This record gives sequence, C-alpha cells and structure tokens, in this order.
Amino acid sequence: MSMIEVENVTKRFGPILAVDRISFHVARGEVVGFLGPNGAGKTTTMRILACFFPPTSGQVKVGQYDVGTHALQVKQLVGYFPERVSVYPDLPVRSFLDFVAEAKDVPRAERKREVGRVIESCGLTTVSDRIIGHLSKGYRQRVGIAQALIHKPQVLILDEPTIGLDPEQVVEIRKLIRDLGTERTVILSTHILSEVSSVCDRVIVINQGRILTSESLIELRAQLRRARQVRVEVEGPAQQVCSALERLPGVDGVRSQTSNGTVTCVVEHKEGDIRKQISSEILAHGWGLLEVRSLEPTLEDIYLQLIRDAETQS
Amino acid sequence: MKFLCVFKKELRLYFGSFIAYSLATAFLLLTGYFFYTDMVFYDLFGDFMDITASLWSYYFLDLRFITMLILPLLTMRLFAEEKKLGTIELLWTYPLKDPHIVLGKFLACLLVFVLMVLCTLLYPLLLASVLTFTWGPPLAGYLGILLLGATFIACGAFISSLTENQVVCAMSTYGLLVFFWFLTWNEEAVGPQLIGTVGRFSLFDRFEGFSKGVINSKDVVFFVLTTFFFLYLTLQSLESRKWRGIR
Repeated sequence: MSMIEVENVTKRFGPILAVDRISFHVARGEVVGFLGPNGAGKTTTMRILACFFPPTSGQVKVGQYDVGTHALQVKQLVGYFPERVSVYPDLPVRSFLDFVAEAKDVPRAERKREVGRVIESCGLTTVSDRIIGHLSKGYRQRVGIAQALIHKPQVLILDEPTIGLDPEQVVEIRKLIRDLGTERTVILSTHILSEVSSVCDRVIVINQGRILTSESLIELRAQLRRARQVRVEVEGPAQQVCSALERLPGVDGVRSQTSNGTVTCVVEHKEGDIRKQISSEILAHGWGLLEVRSLEPTLEDIYLQLIRDAETQS
Repeated sequence: MKFLCVFKKELRLYFGSFIAYSLATAFLLLTGYFFYTDMVFYDLFGDFMDITASLWSYYFLDLRFITMLILPLLTMRLFAEEKKLGTIELLWTYPLKDPHIVLGKFLACLLVFVLMVLCTLLYPLLLASVLTFTWGPPLAGYLGILLLGATFIACGAFISSLTENQVVCAMSTYGLLVFFWFLTWNEEAVGPQLIGTVGRFSLFDRFEGFSKGVINSKDVVFFVLTTFFFLYLTLQSLESRKWRGIR
C-alpha cells in the first residue's frame, strides 16, 4: 500500500516553474532518496509533502489524506526536517522539545517520556539542558532531527539531513536514518550520492522540476549497465595478455596499463558474464591471475548519465 | 486550547532572552520619571484643581506616549524573527492552525505588556499612602492603556508578519502608530469637515476620554474591533503563503 501518492503535481512561484507535473508513489516502510542538483525542485516537493504550502495543481496524499483538505491529519503523520536547520537559539534543548511535543499533540502524560526518548535516540543526553544557540552545528542538526521524530511520525521527510556535518557525525546520522527506516517511511533529499547508496532502497532523480527516474538502485544499475566491463589484473607480458583477451568471443575492446610487471586490463564486452572465460584463458597461458572483477556502474555514473540524457533531450 | 503551546513558547522566549527585561526596565524608568514630574507639577499648581484634571490626565497621556515607544520593540520579533530563523517553517508544518499561532503570540505579548503596566500601579499606590483620592479615574486610565496597548500589539504583529527584518518592522510600526497620532495633530490642517471622520480613527484621540477617567463604551468597542481587525490582517498575511510564491 502506498503511504505517499503524488499525482501530476505542479508548483509555480510566479513565473518560475519549480516542480513540473511530477508523479511518484512511496510504499510503507520504504526509504527513498531524492537526488538532484541544486534548484531541481527537491525542497519544493518536500515542502508540499509537509504541508508547508499546497501545490499549484495536482494531488498529493499522505496516508490517504489529501494535503490540501486534510492538512492537520497529514501533519500528524509527517515529521519534517527542513533544509535550513531552524531551531530557536534562545531555548534550552529540552524546553524546545517540550514545546514541539505539545504542538504535535503528544498527550501530556507521555510528553516527558517522549522527549526523553528522542533526546536519547538522537544522542542529546549530555546537552539536554543547554541553550540551543550555544551548541555546535552537529548537535543543532540532531535537535532538528529530534523535533521531527517526537510524535513518532509514520513518514519522515528529511531535507539534506547530513549537510555541514563532520564525517563521524554523518555516519551517525545515516545509521540513525537506517534504523528509523526499518519501521517508517523515509524520504530524504541529498546531493551526496554515496548517501543514497548507503541508506536508500530506491532513488528518485529529479532535475529542473521533473522526475528523470524513480527506480530501485539494483534495477537502476542493471539498466544502465550498457557497456559491461571487467577489470583483470595479470602478472605476465602486457602485449600477449591483451591480444589473448581481445581474441575471446564477445569482447569489444581492451584497455591496458602496465606497472611493475603486472598488467591491468579493462575488458568491455557484450551480454553475459565472461569472467570464467577470461580466467581460464589466462591460466591456460600460465600467467599469474591476480584479480578478475566486473565493474558495477557507480551511482555517480548513473546520475551523470541521467542528467546528460535529460539535457540532450531538452 | 491549541494556542497555549505557542503562548508558552513565546513567554519562554521573551523571558529567556533579555528583551522583556530590558524593555520593562526602560518602560518603568520612563513612566516613573514622568509620574514624578507630573507629581511635581500637581504639587505646585494642583491646589485649585481636582486631581483627575491636573494629575491623572497628564500621567496617562505620558503613559500613552511611552507605550507607543516601547511596544513596537516588543512586537517586532513576533513573526519577523521566526521568518529570519526559519522556525516559521516548523510552525507551519506542525499540526497547528494559523489562528492558534496568531492568538498565542498576541496573548503572550499582551501578557508581557500587562505585567509591565501592573508594575506602574506602584506609583498611584505610593501616592495613596500620603493622599486620599478616588480610584475610579486612574483605573479607567489603566483600562484605556491596556486597550490601547492591545491595539498597538495587533498593529505590530501585523507589520511583523510582513517582513523578516526586525528593524524594518519596528520602524514601520512606529510609522503607523505615529500616523494614527498625527492624524488629528493639527485640526486646522485637516479642516472642519474631515476632522470629525478622521478623529474617529485616531487611536490617540480615542484614548483621551480614558485619561480623564471616562469609560465610553464606543471607545472600548473601537479598540477591541481595531485589535481584531489587525489580528485578522495578520492571519491573512500568514495565509497568503498558500497562494503567493514563498521561496
């Protein structure tokens, strides 16, 4: 069942078309990455989902509720972490979270426990009584995530949650998101590609207000594996190795590089897996086989390919 | 009752920072000084006149002026600060309705103002220890100040909802309030036909009755309606995000 249904949604800001007829669905419990260059329409789409403003046209439903007509119900379901980490700098962490819990209708009896729970799960225990304005960026970011989590939302919308954090904090926040993703629907936007591959089940690539693709990472990789490549590292005479590999059936081309007596070849080939043929060929000649590995297209390749394709089309 | 959480948060912000304390200090210093000078005046010349005409009316007209000086500084942060910090994005994505936000903020600001004004009750209380007088006129004056203050706060809240720059907000609020004052500044300039109409809209002229100890129900209704009118405008200004392009 879809938790989020976006049908044909357009958002205009005066003459600027920020989001152009996009449609996508997100299932319950799915972690989806929103990927795109700056100004692609990621934040606008997320703000629509969080009921910040309604779409100019089209229909958006979160958990069966329409964002236009049932905004309060949608807001109860959604926890939103805005791009600009916005917290009240003059409030201590705990009183800020108390306010958020009350604003989000957490019953009075449970409020204290819930605030304690998010403080603990976001690693804020040591700073819970300090003024938010005095905290480091990483902690403020966590306060931002804590406020999104406080009413146990079924849907989490995180707009660039790891931007501006140091590497250790990035790892922690990603772990937190992965843990959350086991029971909740999560949409996170980013332009850090490794984040998507480490956290998300599926990726929605958006550029200039339009969705370029919306598929699982595995499918995406398979689809884009147009030229299949195998990397072979051999101990042997460079010339002969290359020509032996070139003669194999199904091979389109071989690029090679020599260093310290070993030769590294990248073999481009057609359908199927030819690693077996390559290894038996090398062994038959009595050369030393150090490595055979098929090269997966990285998310970077996929992403750049999609953006390039879109630009050539338009 | 949903406005209560916004109300409490605003109070925490007012008293968690120095805004409320520093403004209250300035307010009490100024009102105290004015009360002192008015007292000296009454002491010198007041023997022939009654206390309402020669003390209270001056005191409340001075209080009105200080209220105008102080309140825009109290209201400027109401929405402008949230916009600047981006926290308005949180409020708008929490299950709160815009009227909850407006009401919570208005009432919090009003409470801070009421607390400031309550402190000034010390002056007439001190006077009462050395002089017997009837409490009716000064209490009417205080009611007027509270009504006037509520109207000023609603004006300030509206202007604060239009900008994210607190300085611009304070200056514009001064502009609006001073305009209301100067509407009837020079009766000759306005002309005899217009003065009747313009005078009805002058917040400051409306207050004169209260300063003389007269509670006119028309004036009370005027202040209450003006307050609601500006709160309504504030609400409209907030809701304009739904059709306007806010980036």
